[in-house]
Amino acid sequence: MTKSELIEKIAAVQNQLSSKDVELAVKTMLDHMSDALAEGERIEIRGFGSFSLNYRAARIGRNPKTGEEVNLVGKYVPHFKPGKELRERVNLGLAASSLT
Amino acid sequence: MVALTKAEMAEKLFDELGLNKREAKEVVDLFFEEMRISLEGNEHIKLSGFGNFDLRDKSQRPGRNPKTGEEIPVSARRVVTFRPGQKLKARVEAYAGSRQ
Repeated sequence: MTKSELIEKIAAVQNQLSSKDVELAVKTMLDHMSDALAEGERIEIRGFGSFSLNYRAARIGRNPKTGEEVNLVGKYVPHFKPGKELRERVNLGLAASSLT
Repeated sequence: MVALTKAEMAEKLFDELGLNKREAKEVVDLFFEEMRISLEGNEHIKLSGFGNFDLRDKSQRPGRNPKTGEEIPVSARRVVTFRPGQKLKARVEAYAGSRQ
């Protein structure tokens, strides 16, 4: 599912907002989430999951082509931990697909 | 540490897009629910600029009860993984935070 398909689905199941409004809302929500992570803030969505930052320590890397050593600085990477409801529903999806 | 929640996301839709409070709450709920429905149906999600939610099927593996030491198999399961997009990764990497 892509962002535009997600927008269409949300627009189809609710009857107050136009597709244009839903599109703006989805973009605003994703920007809000990115902004939070970019500022080092966690995101906690009950039943879906949480996003946080993991630290990757500075290390000495190597250019695989030349073998040359390069100093890599420490950095943060986004991390997602699925919530209980999402984990359970995805697993039930697996059980359902193995029956067919 | 503070965390971004659905309530704050709805608040922003109210403040910035002028959705009423009920519409804002509903569209935030639907945003996460439609993503759960997609993942539950084994369909991965691509949100350009933010990241992808992928699904992986894991086969059964031997496990152990850490308390008793008893061997119990970990059942086959389907799990959700998140791969942040380039844009989000670049923004988060720049975050210096308190660990500089």
